[in-house]
Amino acid sequence: MRKVAIYGKGGIGKSTTTQNTVAGLAEMGRKVMVVGCDPKADSTRLLLGGLAQKSVLDTLREEGEDVELEDIRKGGFGGSWCVESGGPEPGVGCAGRGIITSINMLESLGAYEESEELDYAFYDVLGDVVCGGFAMPIRDGKAEEIYIVCSGEMMAMYAANNICKGIMKYAESGGVRLGGLICNSRNVDNEKDMIAELARKLGTQMIYFVPRDNDVQRAEINRKTVIEWNPEADQAKEYRGLAKAIDENEMFVVPKPLEIEELEQLLLDYGLMEA
Amino acid sequence: MATLKKKLVQWEPTDIKEELLKKYPPKVARKRAKQILINEAQENETPEISANVRTVPGIITMRGCTYAGCKGVILGPTRDIVNITHGPIGCGFYSWLTRRNQTDASAEGAENYMTYCFSTDMQDEDIIFGGEKKLEKAIQEAYDTFHPKAIAVFATCPVGLIGDDIHAVAKKMKEKLADCNVFAFSCEGYKGVSQSAGHHIANNQIFRHVVGENDEEKDGEYKINLLGEYNIGGDGFEIDRILKKCGITNIATFSGNSTYDQFASAPKADLNTVMCHRSINYVADMLETKYGIPWIKVNFIGAEATAKSLRKIAQYFGDKKLIDRVEEVIAEEMPEVKAVAEDVYPRTEGKTAMLFVGGSRAHHYQELFAEMGMKTLSAGYEFAHRDDYEGREVIPTLRVDADSRNIEEIEVEADEARYSPRKSSEEMEKLEEAGFKFKHYDGMIPDMDKGTLIIDDLNQYEAEKLVEILKPDVFCAGIKEKFSIQKLGVPMKQLHSYDSGGPYAGFKGAINFYKEIDRLVNSRIWGYMKAPWQETPELSATYVWE
Repeated sequence: MRKVAIYGKGGIGKSTTTQNTVAGLAEMGRKVMVVGCDPKADSTRLLLGGLAQKSVLDTLREEGEDVELEDIRKGGFGGSWCVESGGPEPGVGCAGRGIITSINMLESLGAYEESEELDYAFYDVLGDVVCGGFAMPIRDGKAEEIYIVCSGEMMAMYAANNICKGIMKYAESGGVRLGGLICNSRNVDNEKDMIAELARKLGTQMIYFVPRDNDVQRAEINRKTVIEWNPEADQAKEYRGLAKAIDENEMFVVPKPLEIEELEQLLLDYGLMEA
Repeated sequence: MATLKKKLVQWEPTDIKEELLKKYPPKVARKRAKQILINEAQENETPEISANVRTVPGIITMRGCTYAGCKGVILGPTRDIVNITHGPIGCGFYSWLTRRNQTDASAEGAENYMTYCFSTDMQDEDIIFGGEKKLEKAIQEAYDTFHPKAIAVFATCPVGLIGDDIHAVAKKMKEKLADCNVFAFSCEGYKGVSQSAGHHIANNQIFRHVVGENDEEKDGEYKINLLGEYNIGGDGFEIDRILKKCGITNIATFSGNSTYDQFASAPKADLNTVMCHRSINYVADMLETKYGIPWIKVNFIGAEATAKSLRKIAQYFGDKKLIDRVEEVIAEEMPEVKAVAEDVYPRTEGKTAMLFVGGSRAHHYQELFAEMGMKTLSAGYEFAHRDDYEGREVIPTLRVDADSRNIEEIEVEADEARYSPRKSSEEMEKLEEAGFKFKHYDGMIPDMDKGTLIIDDLNQYEAEKLVEILKPDVFCAGIKEKFSIQKLGVPMKQLHSYDSGGPYAGFKGAINFYKEIDRLVNSRIWGYMKAPWQETPELSATYVWE
């Protein structure tokens, strides 16, 4: 089983990209479990067709210790398994601790056992790595490969670089590696080349360039991934391409984060200089 | 043994200091060097020591945490406030009844919640989703069960990390309950450099939420408050006995054997007497600014010190009736004290002691040892600030750092309705001309012999080294040091909790202390610590490689 975590700046499209990619993998016959690590619990909506599901933490609260695996995971598109960690309302408690608790719960319930015959476990993690809890998926060999969703916008690149710092820290003690950057295009000038160059500087690759297409939004309104909503759409092909690239990926590295000056220079070289 | 001891006494203080620092990495040694002072106090000149700075991680410090200072030390001794620890159960349980602060709840209808341990017992789920609702429920439950006058809430570390707004909960519950004063303390254990931060947080909130809540006049003559006395082993009972005998009325003790109403009525006193300067001098300042009550430093540890403090109080009130009565009481109490002192003196004279405790105790108890002819070789505090070592005049020069800025300072102004200076400025001046000192404390350093070692925030390694080098006849500290010191074959007296003894304050307390120390330093039990086969082995052997 490959354990994959998707990180990236808030609002960059991690959940959308993850679910569309998972749909692509499922189409290829892969058995995938998606674990949403965001207190908002909205990481599996497209795979489940909008079905609101009870999060691990809500279930724990209501059922106490007597929890079954079937209480916390639901079957989604293409035979995928969907789990939402859940968490507190904004402004109270400790969401990071919640993620630690729910991942431990999944493990103790045997969600990752060989008998489950999973090919992939995907962790969809909120925004930045803000505290130890949100780094949980990359600690202790939980996730082994990481993909960072970014775009050519400056803050998205900053965030990607920061996440690389977190990966580097845990790569030293554990086995976590960076598998590449996924460019989720925002139609920024020179975006493809710039992200490819950023990836090169980080010591990794741009594993796929996902063009901007409003079909993604149309599918979302229908609470579906693009592949389910319109299998013939161009964007569906793109997500199949991304799924294939991940499935065939063999480049796993410890990233080399950039100094801020280097990052700014990159933006100047590819972005602002042209304007 | 005797010859060995003589040989070791020849250590020069500079050599001892060097020996203590030898093991440290250079940066740690530099930092510790500033906290280890060889006393060279001259008249009008006190050497500077580094104090109230963070302990270097890895050092086994004698200090406690901010929560312990707030909940355990300051609010622990008050009997009729329900103290709820908001946090996992361990913090509440292990801070419960561990300080031997006694209370007298024998009066009819007196409430006493000290024998209960209240905690919200936070679980994983409360950490994740926040513990405010659980706290609210706990306050309600405590109220429904006991109907106390006041409920206090104490934050533990995780509460600070997840950001539960305990003050908002307290405010809401105070409004809801109407006849119960609810207030909270942000005393997370990790705050500050030592328990001193906790004392400060506790006193600030008591001043803000309780002091002045009761405006009824209080009966009695010569009304004082006793600040910084915690009734360990019944010290406060003995001091109250003496005050009463002198005709002095103690309105409020902060906080030994105290009640909510005592704090609330504190502004009714005409003089504040400060025992532990460290834990509460700022409250004395605030009481003076807001209500016009002057304050003086007192010390009831040691018979002579007790007599001196009583005379100081009498001199302040300046009433012949009181002055005479105080002299009568001293004359009545002293003979018994003197008799015991004379009895133990031949056995204790020339013996040596080390004291590393508190923020004033390591100074106060030197009085008692001096009365027994014992010499203090080395002393220091766990959580004192520079003014407790060097005297109050250094306060304006204290460096404000990130840690001290983290602890709230309350700005107070004169209370429009209730401010009334107890003495006119002429009267104050007259007293000062006669040598009377208000708001004054010299600190420990000037009272110690030249060449003695004064060490701030002593740690386990240094304690063992010091004992090894100087071989004191008794070592005084807290429970954490108790057994490591005794394993070195030196008697150890706890001056936080008094082991199972006390009171040691006042006249009767001095007698108890003389007897206790005589018993400890003259016990032959330490000579039997070595097993017979260690002294005279029946068999001896060597390893092949030797």
